[in-house]
Amino acid sequence: MSGEKFDAIVIGAGMAGNAAAYTMASRGLKVLQLERGEYPGSKNVQGAIMYANMLEKIIPNFRDDAPLERHLVEQRFWMMDDTSHVGIQYRSDDFNESTPERYTIIRAQFDRWFSRKVREAGATVLCETTATELAQEGGKVIGVRTDRTGDVILADTVVLAEGANGLLGARAGLRQTPTSESVALAVKEIHFLPEDVIDQRFGLHGNEGCVIEAAGTISRGMAGLAFLYTNKESISLGIGCLVSDFAATCESPYELLEAFKNHPSIKHLIADSEVKEYAAHLIPEGGYKAIPALFGDGWVVVGDAAQLNNAVHREGSNLAMTSGRIAGEAIFEVKSRGGRMTKRNLALYKTMLDDSFVIKDLRKYKDMPALLHTNSRNFFMTYPKLMSEASKNFMRVDGTPKIENERATTAAFIKARSRWGLVSDAVRLALAWR
Amino acid sequence: MTVAVTKLRVEDKLFQNRYLVDQGRPHIKVRPHEHPSANLLALTRICPAKCYELNDKGQVEIAADGCMECGTCRVLCEASGDITWNYPRGGFGVLFKFG
Repeated sequence: MSGEKFDAIVIGAGMAGNAAAYTMASRGLKVLQLERGEYPGSKNVQGAIMYANMLEKIIPNFRDDAPLERHLVEQRFWMMDDTSHVGIQYRSDDFNESTPERYTIIRAQFDRWFSRKVREAGATVLCETTATELAQEGGKVIGVRTDRTGDVILADTVVLAEGANGLLGARAGLRQTPTSESVALAVKEIHFLPEDVIDQRFGLHGNEGCVIEAAGTISRGMAGLAFLYTNKESISLGIGCLVSDFAATCESPYELLEAFKNHPSIKHLIADSEVKEYAAHLIPEGGYKAIPALFGDGWVVVGDAAQLNNAVHREGSNLAMTSGRIAGEAIFEVKSRGGRMTKRNLALYKTMLDDSFVIKDLRKYKDMPALLHTNSRNFFMTYPKLMSEASKNFMRVDGTPKIENERATTAAFIKARSRWGLVSDAVRLALAWR
Repeated sequence: MTVAVTKLRVEDKLFQNRYLVDQGRPHIKVRPHEHPSANLLALTRICPAKCYELNDKGQVEIAADGCMECGTCRVLCEASGDITWNYPRGGFGVLFKFG
């Protein structure tokens, strides 16, 4: 590889890196992609839901051969207390369309497929290679060093798609290491069950899938979320909370996961399953205000490494794919105009990203992380308990006059949060949502 | 809630996973210390692979073999110098089959 110079080196073969490498290679750029895992996907962890529209913009006919698990026809949101859940459920046969809009996937399989497409597009993909350092000259990134050789591999641009825990950008002083307030630690297990058992338990047919996302006392007062996603012959489930909350409470993530699995609303759904893997990963949660500098002389950053994750809508991989694609398009555009990969020219990436749903969505929710993180006990402990109590009061038929039940419910809300507290929480939530 | 989570062994969970351990080259090191900082101490509870444990002198030690490379300890303890963190060499470390 010595002496060779690439148009671009992409660090990482996750969603963002593959999207960027594919976009550039398929347009004829000379691309090298480095992946530290044994195969693409072997270091990657996600829930995982994949949004078709964002992949379609990169590989239009992906449905022909991509490893997809189930398309989603039903979504449940649960607010949980210790023994119950109050839920919203949306199910629609409209989602049984010929080109469904979202699928569950298994990342290790999906990423291998995506990487094959990247290679077919002409990129050189080097696995089992850890990039150890960005090489700079006069403040400009000129390439990378790896653990294979001490030599610098040269490139006009380096695309940092190194994930939430990326080291290179931070080491080179291009961005900060994420703070414990801006990342969540999620743990996850994959539980295998026969396909027909999953169909039966969730009321599914064929390739239909269902997801459950849940918040409440399961995170023990920490800002967090649990999930359960149906795959074809397995169920992915996990729970994640802010690292700063974990550090403050010293709650153990695997004990949280066990408690979630043992919750009476969940336990029967995974009964008799065989667990085949336990994984952990960081998720960027800082939102718009945590986005670092996105470009500079000779480099851009994409995906989780750029904190591009919409925690409110639980969308990550589609922001990753989209930012990777846009970075690739911007680099190609600069190149085809005969421009150099200067900070000034690469600003095109940010201009294009600002104009996409990625930044527009994150900007919309810019105040949400602070609201949820600073009021986590109210939103993840007090309200779920109150909601459960209110629902129980409403459901029980035990001879108590209804008016007394209603008064008891109102009194419980006021006692827990005060009239002023309730109004102020509602107003702050509305403002952050706006 | 009274969910019984007694005697949960994370070792049993990690047993499902595949690792290629780089013998003698741990990718995370703990700085020698008399008394652990609050964040370092927290890792004995919150590391999802339970890599961090207290020894009988009250110091935090690491065995990085089961590490899932999530970066939680890096986010909490790298800046203070309590630990040093690097990726394992290419191909080594955890190998997710499903991810």
